[in-house]
Amino acid sequence: MLIFLQYVVQGAGVTIAVTLVALPLGFILGILLALLYLYAGRFVSGITAVFGTAMRGVPPIVLLFILYFAMSGAVNLTPFWAGSLSLGIISSAYQMEIFRGAILAVGSGQMMAARAVGMSRWRAIRYVILPQALRLAIPPWSNEAAIVLKDSSLVYALGVAEILRRAQLLAASTQQPFLAYGAAALIYFILVFSVNRFLDWLQKRMQIPGLHLSV
Amino acid sequence: MAAPILELKNVTKIYGSNVIFKNISFSVKEGDAIVIIGPSGTGKSTLLRCINLLTPLTSGEVYLDGHEVNVKGKNEDEVRQHIGMVFQNFLLFNHLTALDNVVLGLTKVKGMKQEQAIEKGRHELKRVGLADRAEHYPGQLSGGQQQRVAIARALAMDPRVMLFDEPTSALDPELIGEVLSVMESLARENMTMLVVTHEMGFAREVADRIIFMEKGSIVEEGSPDQLFRHAKSERTREFLGKIGDLYGKKEGAKKKK
Repeated sequence: MLIFLQYVVQGAGVTIAVTLVALPLGFILGILLALLYLYAGRFVSGITAVFGTAMRGVPPIVLLFILYFAMSGAVNLTPFWAGSLSLGIISSAYQMEIFRGAILAVGSGQMMAARAVGMSRWRAIRYVILPQALRLAIPPWSNEAAIVLKDSSLVYALGVAEILRRAQLLAASTQQPFLAYGAAALIYFILVFSVNRFLDWLQKRMQIPGLHLSV
Repeated sequence: MAAPILELKNVTKIYGSNVIFKNISFSVKEGDAIVIIGPSGTGKSTLLRCINLLTPLTSGEVYLDGHEVNVKGKNEDEVRQHIGMVFQNFLLFNHLTALDNVVLGLTKVKGMKQEQAIEKGRHELKRVGLADRAEHYPGQLSGGQQQRVAIARALAMDPRVMLFDEPTSALDPELIGEVLSVMESLARENMTMLVVTHEMGFAREVADRIIFMEKGSIVEEGSPDQLFRHAKSERTREFLGKIGDLYGKKEGAKKKK
């Protein structure tokens, strides 16, 4: 078993790298899309809504292939980058929903109060809305982080040598699929578990004293 | 005589086919405390929001220090800096301490240096009697304390006029007094204020002028004495009578000399 783990765990670096590209990309795009959806004019808002609905309505693996071929047709990208960026774009559609919900939960009164002090809309978003919305978003975001980490296994289909890809190779060469995939499962579990624990800790740390927004 | 700080000319707000208020005109001179009273759903709160440009007017003009404010191309954020607003439900920034609530506008809107802003913030909190609550978060303060922080936040911007939108309506009865006494002391300092409230005791004692609004129009306006003792309109007398009954004899009794 140890040998299996040793071999498969070498893919963990790639898995983590894919996640570290996809998750922050999805984060930035997700916030941007949520803000556009909520605060931009009807036309732009509509486009973001269509984007979100379309992306969430198709399996990630299908989108991954479409985006991969679209991207590699346009620019010369390695499978690693094409896969990671694609996963980030897919995740942005889900993260958009998370941040949209969180911003709505902050309430329109906070925006009104900020504007009443003389802040521009953008300043109000930056200094009043987002600091509260991001805190509220941690629990659902933690869920999305776990999903992206696990979905990073999809890039194996593009031939990227991450955890699952290595497990597959190992299973084929040793004829021990149970041990090979078991090792992969264990490593994924440890990664996901650690991420969730970290985000739980972060949520507690960032909690606003005295505020008990019912979540 | 100095020009009024705030002047409304024929302001009208219509939502669809729903007339919220129509052709309201009045002016507020420097140092005036004007109280607007009237039944719920009369457009009083919307009127305040329109003055502060938080809600667009359908027609009419609002002048602040002689400059029309609700014109296209006017920088709304700039206008709002000069108008302090206190809301019924406080609306403090939940993620910031009392002090930071007051400081945020100073640093991010006025561009004041952090140290200077903190000094001013502490001064404003002291003004509302909350110097010792500077590091508390809104969730750790009582409703009355939160509303006083909200007043401090608005005062910190050195507004030309303060708008109060039913500032005590969301408070437990025993917390109303502390907010009203802060407002009274502001009036004594000659802060220009426009207050929507149901607190008749406050209206009687603090107002220079009372405006009675109903169904989107001004029914009657005048000094507290005029309205409470010699109201011209039957409707005004009826409303003030009802309010008196509702809010108990003590208010009625208190003022009878």
